[in-house]
Amino acid sequence: MNKKVIRNLYMAPYAVWILIFVVAPILLLLYYSFFDIHGEFSLINYQRFFTPVYLKLTLSSFWYAALITLISLLISYPTAYFLSKTKHKQLWLLLIIVPSWVNLLLKAYAFIGIFGAYGAANNFLEWIGIGSRQLLFTDFSFVFVAVYIFVPFMILPIFNAINGLNPALIDASNDLGASKSTTFRRVILPLTFEGVKTGCQVVFIPALSLFMITRLIAGNRVITLGTAIEQHFLVTQDWGMGSTIAIFLILIMFVIIRLTGFRKRGA
Amino acid sequence: MQAKVSPAAKIFLMVVILILYAPIFYLVIYSFNSGGSMSGFEGFTLDWYRELLGDTRLLIIVLNTLVIALLSALFATIFGTLGAIWIYNLRRGKNTIIGLNNVLMVSPDVIIGASFLILFTIAGIRLGFYSVLLSHIAFSIPIVVLMVLPKLSEMNPTLIDAAKDLGATRWGVLTKVIIPYITPGIFAGFFMALTYSLDDFAVTFFVTGNGFSTLSIEIYSMARQGISLHINALSTLLFFFTLILVGIYYIISQRGGIRLGGLRR
Repeated sequence: MNKKVIRNLYMAPYAVWILIFVVAPILLLLYYSFFDIHGEFSLINYQRFFTPVYLKLTLSSFWYAALITLISLLISYPTAYFLSKTKHKQLWLLLIIVPSWVNLLLKAYAFIGIFGAYGAANNFLEWIGIGSRQLLFTDFSFVFVAVYIFVPFMILPIFNAINGLNPALIDASNDLGASKSTTFRRVILPLTFEGVKTGCQVVFIPALSLFMITRLIAGNRVITLGTAIEQHFLVTQDWGMGSTIAIFLILIMFVIIRLTGFRKRGA
Repeated sequence: MQAKVSPAAKIFLMVVILILYAPIFYLVIYSFNSGGSMSGFEGFTLDWYRELLGDTRLLIIVLNTLVIALLSALFATIFGTLGAIWIYNLRRGKNTIIGLNNVLMVSPDVIIGASFLILFTIAGIRLGFYSVLLSHIAFSIPIVVLMVLPKLSEMNPTLIDAAKDLGATRWGVLTKVIIPYITPGIFAGFFMALTYSLDDFAVTFFVTGNGFSTLSIEIYSMARQGISLHINALSTLLFFFTLILVGIYYIISQRGGIRLGGLRR
């Protein structure tokens, strides 16, 4: 028995990690959600969450996340589809992935310059005759930058799904007289739907909890659930309310994962 | 699927790639601007790079970032690999453990950051180097497990039986059979952990104190104050550093037969 314990000692660090950094944090969030700002036990945070202020916040966060996911999908699906038809597809794919490895903050910073009053975007608008306008600190710039950041994450699972498609199925469909659009609608789309679901999952959840871009690009005009949590933890120091929002975010996350099924990103 | 790509499709792809790279090159180009802002290129200069190299505070932050990344990747790789071997050997409850493993993979950064902040406060760990290091190890462990586990599963179990029949001890089986077989997965896990750590902003933002900063945090506070072209110079250097990392990761994944799936979180 003793020997067996020693033999299995190698898994101790990993087990300790699960307990301390996976299980405990969630329980701590749950525990803190029952305390008000003065440290008294209460359910006030949950009551507050269901007031119009927080419900509106949740709804608008959902709206933006849905918009970001939808636009990303509309860009990513054709990209992944065309990508799978190119000759050196792995190389092209790598080319699309590389920007996603560049530090997120730098990309956000670049857009501060591009969308600035005299930045490239305004120069372009000037040039095509629309004239310059306020771009930074608007909903538009927020959605644009978020889509920019998430698109590679959406492309990868969809590309893998399309790439894994058996070409014989498409040949069969063509041979049986299906038109190109029918083949796409009845064969390709259903068979790659798993990739689409994964892509939506890896975009929607982070989009709900964006907080850095909301400050740098949207200038606090957009408040997501993530921004609200950050605000409560680091600015107003109301950890109870912050934890309550976090708990709801976790619940939402579980529902989404249930709906879309867990996949390792890009698998 | 090797049908001809239509010109329209080619143009679409080109536009997507162009937009993906435009902001990065925008930063790189303006890092050589003597003008001092990101609008209107006035002339070529290397002043921003000179300023960058003369900034000791920033160099210390770069050093901090690298030390955190290397140490956290190292520890995460060790613990994650052992964890993967444990999961592989489990008879019951495998899926539960994998589920727990994946919690931090799918959790938004804000939640990881906020809950770790509570954790460190309760445990009485001062916010700074150690809290950041522990957090980075913690959020890198699951990716190492996910990189190593498939390698273990594709290993033929008769290899282990053969080693045992030939008289190998458990230690011998581990070091002479299992570890060499899963080495590509371990390396891939290490590099993923490294990039996770280098890229992380949100979690670090929560668990770092006043005295300690990493590059992401520093860029954030500089960017909040507006444009300053030595951030551009810094990003140019970081971009080339990233290219090197991608190159290394690509070689590892090609040699180890690992599917190119490594993205940031």
